[in-house]
Amino acid sequence: MTALLSVEAVTKRFRGLVAVDEASFAVEAGEIFAVIGPNGAGKTTLFNMIAGVFAPDDGRILFGGERIDGRRPDEIARRGIGRTFQIVRPFPALTVEDNVIVGALLRADGVDAARQHAHELLRRLDLYDRRARPAASLTLPDRKRLEVARALATRPRLLLLDEVMAGLRPTETDRMVAILRELIGGGLTILLIEHVMRAVMALATRVLVLHHGAAIAQGTPEVVVREPAVVASYLGAETL
Amino acid sequence: MKRLWEETSPHGRVLIAVLLAVLAAAPAFTDRYVLTVLILVLYFAYLGQAWNLLMGFAGQLSLGHALYLGLGAYVSAALWLHLGLGPLVSLVPAVAAATACGLAVGWLGWRFGIEGVYFALLTIAFAEFTRIAFDNIDFVGGSGGLFLPVEPERAGEWWNLRGGPALFYYIAFALAAGAALLAAWLRHSPLGYRWLAVREDPEAARALGINVFRARMIAMAISSGMTAVGGVFYAFYSRNLFPAQVFDIGRSIELILAPIVGGLGTVFGPVIGAFILTPLGEALIAVTESLGVNAPGAKAVFYGLALIAIIYLRPNGVWPWLAHLLRLDEPRR
Repeated sequence: MTALLSVEAVTKRFRGLVAVDEASFAVEAGEIFAVIGPNGAGKTTLFNMIAGVFAPDDGRILFGGERIDGRRPDEIARRGIGRTFQIVRPFPALTVEDNVIVGALLRADGVDAARQHAHELLRRLDLYDRRARPAASLTLPDRKRLEVARALATRPRLLLLDEVMAGLRPTETDRMVAILRELIGGGLTILLIEHVMRAVMALATRVLVLHHGAAIAQGTPEVVVREPAVVASYLGAETL
Repeated sequence: MKRLWEETSPHGRVLIAVLLAVLAAAPAFTDRYVLTVLILVLYFAYLGQAWNLLMGFAGQLSLGHALYLGLGAYVSAALWLHLGLGPLVSLVPAVAAATACGLAVGWLGWRFGIEGVYFALLTIAFAEFTRIAFDNIDFVGGSGGLFLPVEPERAGEWWNLRGGPALFYYIAFALAAGAALLAAWLRHSPLGYRWLAVREDPEAARALGINVFRARMIAMAISSGMTAVGGVFYAFYSRNLFPAQVFDIGRSIELILAPIVGGLGTVFGPVIGAFILTPLGEALIAVTESLGVNAPGAKAVFYGLALIAIIYLRPNGVWPWLAHLLRLDEPRR
C-alpha cells in the first residue's frame, strides 16, 4: 500500500543554510505522525514545503501517489491538505463563524451549506458560543482552536498542525488531544509539529526527530524518546 | 436576493423602503439645483460602490480608477460622434475596454507580487500615462477636448441619454441602487467571502484553497467595468470631455472619498459617504460664491479636512457607527 504522504530526500537551502537536509518519511492513512526537534531544526520549513509555500531544492513530495512539490498552496489545499500556522493567522476583522465559513466554502455547495458545516465544527471545537465575535477578540487558546476549525472546514484528508499546543495550559492541551483523537476516529490523518511532549506522547503513532534539518530518529514515541541521539540533542537527559 | 431581504431586520427594511421612496419622489419636490446635487450624490455613491468592491472587499488599493471612468466616457462619446452609436450599444465596448485595462493592470501587478501601496502607485501610473496619451490622440480631440453636439432635434431621445435633469437623476438613482444591491449580494456570496479572506490575510486564504490572484482579478474586472458604466453616464451628462479632467488623479481621489468616509468594505458606506460629502462640498461652493470669494481649492481643502476628521473620530467610517446606532448591525439568522 502506498503511503498517504511520502517525503523523499527533501532538501531546502536558504542561501548557505541547509534548513532541511534530505529528510525522508512516509505518513500512512489514519496515523498521527509527529515531527519534533529543537528550535531551528527545520520543522516549519518542512511543513511549508508540504503545504506549497516554497518548493524543495531537491527531493520529491507525494500526496496520494501524486507529486505535489512545487505546487501552489491553494492547489495543495484543494487536493486535500489542510494546515494551521505556527503563528496563528485568523482573518481578524471577520467573525469566528465567517472565518470557518471561508474554509468550508472550498467544498461546500453554497454559503448555507458552508455555514452549517462551520457550525458543526465550531461546536466540536468549543467555539460555538463565540461565533459572532470578531476573530481579533479571541484569546490565544481560542485562536488556536479557530485555526484548527478553519483548516478542518476544508475537509482535508491530511491535516498539518504546526504547534497548536504551544501556549496552551495542560488542561487545554488535554482538551485539544481529545479533539484530535476524535478526528482521527473520523478518518483523518494528522501530521503535527509539536514541542509539547505531553501531547506527542499521548497522540502520536510515530515520531520523526529533526536536528539541524536532518532526520536523526524515527519510530514509535516510546522508542524514539530513548534514543541517545534524541536525548542528547533535544530532550535533555533529565526528561522522562 | 430573497435571502438578503429576509436577513435584513424589520426596521432595516422600513428604512430602506423609506429611503428608496424618498429618492424616487425627489424630482417632484426639489428644484433644479438640488436635483443636480442629488445626481452628483448618486453618481458618487455608484462609483464609490464600484471602487469599494476592489478596496473594501478584495483589499487592493486603486488610486487610478479615473482610468476606467475616462475610458468608459471616451469610448462611448467617440462612438457616438464618429459612428452614431448610442450609449446603450456603446456601453458594451466601453465596459470591455475598461475591464481589459483593469485586468491588464491587475495582471501586471499581482502576477509579479506588487501589492498594497506599490500596487496603488502602479494604478496611478497607468491613469497618468493614459491621460498623456489621450492628450495626443486627435481622433478624440486631443487636449482640446471632445464635445457632444447639442442637436436640439434629438432632445427627447432618452435612450440616447438626451433629456433634462430628471432623466439623469433617475438613471443615477438606478445605477446607485443597482450597485448597492450587487455589492450586498456579492458580499454574501462565496466570492464575497473569498474576497474578505484575501483582504484579511492572503497567505491564510491560500492555505484554504483560495486562488488569491483569481479572486483579485475578478474584483478588478467587476470594479473597472462598473466604473466604466459611470464614465458613459458622465460623458452624456457633462457632454464635454478633457483628458486633463477625466483622467486626472483628482478624479481618482474624488471617487474614493465617499466609501472611505462612509465605511470601507460596507455596502452602505459609499452611499452614506456620498450623501455626507457631496452636498457639503457643493454647499461650500455655493456659500463661497455668494460671499463673492473666489476660492477654487475650497472644496479640496474641505474634503481633506473631512477625511482627517473621519479618520480621527470614526476610523471605520460613518456607517458601522450609524448602523450600530440604528441597531442594523445584528443580522438575523
